Amino acid sequence: MAGPVLEAKNLTKHFPVKQGVFFSRQVGAVRAVDDISFTIDPGKTLGLVGESGCGKTTTAKMVLLLEQPTGGIMRFEGQDLQTLDGGSLKAYRRSVQAVFQDPYASLNPRMRVGSIIMEPLITNEPLPSVEVRKRLLRLLELVGLPERAAELFPHEFSGGQRQRIAIARALSLSPKVVVLDEPVSALDVSIRAQILNLLRDLQAQLGVSYLFIAHDLAAVAHMSHTIAVMYLGKIVEVGDGETLAKAPKHPYTQALFSAALPSHPDERRDEIILTGEVPSPMNPPSGCRFHPRCPHALPRCSTEEPKLLPESGRLVACHLYPQ
Amino acid sequence: MTGPLLELRHLSTHYVSARGTRVTRAVDDVSLVLDQGGTLGIVGESGSGKTTLALSLLRLLPPAARFVSGEILFEGEDLLKKSDREMRRIRGKRIAMILQDPMASLNPLFTIGDQVAEPIRVHEHASRGSAWGRALDLLKAVRIAAPESRVREYPHQLSGGMRQRIVGAIAISCEPRVLIADEPTTSLDLTIQAQYLNLLRDLQRSHNLALIFITHNLGIVAKMCDQVAVMYAGRMVESGPVKQIYNSPAHPYTQALLESIPRLGDSRKRLTAIDGQPPDPSAPPAGCAFHPRCPKVMDRCRTEAPPEFRVADLQTSRCWLSAPGSR
Amino acid sequence: MNGSAAHSRPVAATLSFAGRLAAFRTEGFPHIPVLIILTVVLVAIFANVIAPHNPEVGVLGDRFRPPAWQVGGTLDHLLGTDHLGRDVLSRLIFGARVSIIVGFTAVIFAGLLGTTLGIISGYLGRWVDQVIMRITDAWLALPVLVFAIFLAAIVGPSVSNIIIILAAVFWTRYARIIRGEVLCIRERDFVRLAVVAGCSKWTIMRRHILPNVVNTAIVLGTLQLGVVIIAEATLSFLGVGVPPPQPAWGLMLADGKKGMMAGYWWLTVLPGSCIMLMVLSANLLGDWLRVKLDPQLRQL
Repeated sequence: MAGPVLEAKNLTKHFPVKQGVFFSRQVGAVRAVDDISFTIDPGKTLGLVGESGCGKTTTAKMVLLLEQPTGGIMRFEGQDLQTLDGGSLKAYRRSVQAVFQDPYASLNPRMRVGSIIMEPLITNEPLPSVEVRKRLLRLLELVGLPERAAELFPHEFSGGQRQRIAIARALSLSPKVVVLDEPVSALDVSIRAQILNLLRDLQAQLGVSYLFIAHDLAAVAHMSHTIAVMYLGKIVEVGDGETLAKAPKHPYTQALFSAALPSHPDERRDEIILTGEVPSPMNPPSGCRFHPRCPHALPRCSTEEPKLLPESGRLVACHLYPQ
Repeated sequence: MTGPLLELRHLSTHYVSARGTRVTRAVDDVSLVLDQGGTLGIVGESGSGKTTLALSLLRLLPPAARFVSGEILFEGEDLLKKSDREMRRIRGKRIAMILQDPMASLNPLFTIGDQVAEPIRVHEHASRGSAWGRALDLLKAVRIAAPESRVREYPHQLSGGMRQRIVGAIAISCEPRVLIADEPTTSLDLTIQAQYLNLLRDLQRSHNLALIFITHNLGIVAKMCDQVAVMYAGRMVESGPVKQIYNSPAHPYTQALLESIPRLGDSRKRLTAIDGQPPDPSAPPAGCAFHPRCPKVMDRCRTEAPPEFRVADLQTSRCWLSAPGSR
Repeated sequence: MNGSAAHSRPVAATLSFAGRLAAFRTEGFPHIPVLIILTVVLVAIFANVIAPHNPEVGVLGDRFRPPAWQVGGTLDHLLGTDHLGRDVLSRLIFGARVSIIVGFTAVIFAGLLGTTLGIISGYLGRWVDQVIMRITDAWLALPVLVFAIFLAAIVGPSVSNIIIILAAVFWTRYARIIRGEVLCIRERDFVRLAVVAGCSKWTIMRRHILPNVVNTAIVLGTLQLGVVIIAEATLSFLGVGVPPPQPAWGLMLADGKKGMMAGYWWLTVLPGSCIMLMVLSANLLGDWLRVKLDPQLRQL
């Protein structure tokens, strides 16, 4: 099928802020995610970057149905998620799995690795144990773990190996999308390459799509076909990974990529140092949310919110670019 | 003054388990030099011993740790021979340290002003009023906006980046000669990290500070440091000027590490990964600790631990491949 | 090889006293407490075989005999006799049975009830949590012994009733503490991933939450054992516990109280010592277990 596997349109999530001891009334809302749209194509990786409070974690949670959107729609293989009944919703759950950041908290310390990996499968599909065992061995092979790992407990494995277990578990249902939330940040530097390579190989082999969230820009650029940059709940720029990383257009993206640490002492970047702190998502600035810190702010930016519009093969939300 | 500001000579710090059965050689025969105003990066992964090394410098180790051998010469004096009282006068005043998590470094029950003023009052016996005045100046020096109101606030009212600056202010309050920064930016966002590193660099110039970065992030080393020491399983496997090491790393671990990191603007298809994982410091492999993972391993490496060899004017490498005659 | 001039003399040479004390607490398996508990358990099991006399029947002519090593004592009654001529040693042995049975069973029942409610309350949250916690609060507000006496007065004293009463009184401590643990565990990634995998709430509670709170429940159980044994002894002392003539340590204390002034020390000191040893051992074991199991929990 040609269309995107996952599509979000005008996705919004506001968390109400309540006050009052007895009768709490809503005094405001944390606008964690505000009207964002993105697509994830089959077999491709969408990288999501941004700093604290940008909404990328909330977006991931909504994709995983751990949070319910307060606005907008999500479509899975063309079907609106809100119109799905219980059975199809379950099917969606099976098609979208996750790998989280902390390999030490992602595995139940009291369960054997084999049971951890196969739990999603046996919860959703009643299969004879012979078949379950076969699939378990195949998964272990896929992620590069030995057969005997199935009988062991998580604490007998290192961080990198645990992440492999988490990846095997995420793949047990043959999902279409895997949400990777900082999958290598908690691992030792010398092991990150192993895991990133593994993830790429699995994508090539199984055709699975990734939603890749990380703060290491180089890793995101390396892994992603498309990168979306978020700031205070909005997507400010989205486009092809390589070109976006080489020539960012939105001032925030430029500042972000210039802040990335160099990989060689001779690498000189134009340092764009932003002033001030990230404003609170409860009271985002008017107009373009980035305007108080933007080195190129125009008078228009404080009143009018820029739309995400095409600009040389990319989508950018900035008044600097002619509409 | 002549000579290096801080010099470690063959320092070894071991941890002994309570019954004396297990010895973990957390730091094994490490020698380093830090000049005045210089910036040294100590790079390593988990189990490399870099944090133990940092704590050894200030003698802040738990009771299970023993200094087995070596010297820590600070301005010519051996810190290992000092009494507890003498060390207390050095900590915070002449050698300062900042840690990774600013929320854990600040006491939630005291105001910012009290916490920044505390080292001044302890080391210089200043009055509360004058210490608070100095605290205000320090907040300005670390670029905190509206310091007069901030000074009365509590840590939880500030953002992560601001807290880390407060920690920095506390550290430089008594004009130390050396500032040790243990993963100071790991918990910070990218743009905040950039601000903070620039601040550290400016403070270094204005206060004539020598900086030691303890980190696993080679990017920080590339950006901030002029000297680097790479640690693996408690030993220093390579050291030298940053540019030299990046351009021609002599030790296979350093080479592999530099190769395996994804680079912006470099569209390689596959990263060159290192097999295996960092060793358990209490049970390192025999011979050279890196040998199970080394792409250039030789028979000798499995049984004999290599000593440090000089590979260039200021560069050393602990590898049999760097032995004279084998290059 | 280290060729520097510095000799290998450790600067921080020996572990300080405080350090060694700390090491002892964290490392030493509590041999003596475990030995004591095991002994009491074995004595309780084999009471029929071990006890020299029938604990419930006494020879009136043999009243108030002191222990064998004192003047007037006999080897026939090693620890003397009480006010009805019953052998103290045999009563202590059979009394162990009551303490063990009541103690262990009450702790297990309280644990089962409290842990279950704690897990449900902690994981499901919202109104379920509110209801269960308010009940727990109310329960906790009642004075333990008064409540126990009240219940005992209604249902009448017997061993099984006492077990039920003590379980009914002590479950609240479990519920509170386990609920606290569950609140933490609930936020951990592996629980989130179980939700993502599609597991039902009950499956998650059974497979993921329960095994991770069992350690805490066990530690709590050992610490509660002492409290329950004392509670049972107190109830028996007050006459609403195990009904006479069945021997119980607390009951022996009550009976012996009368003889204290007359100098019949063995009627109170001996059962009191048994209670003390048992409770102390249970506490030391629980303490050691807590330290032993906790750091692992933190690591994992």
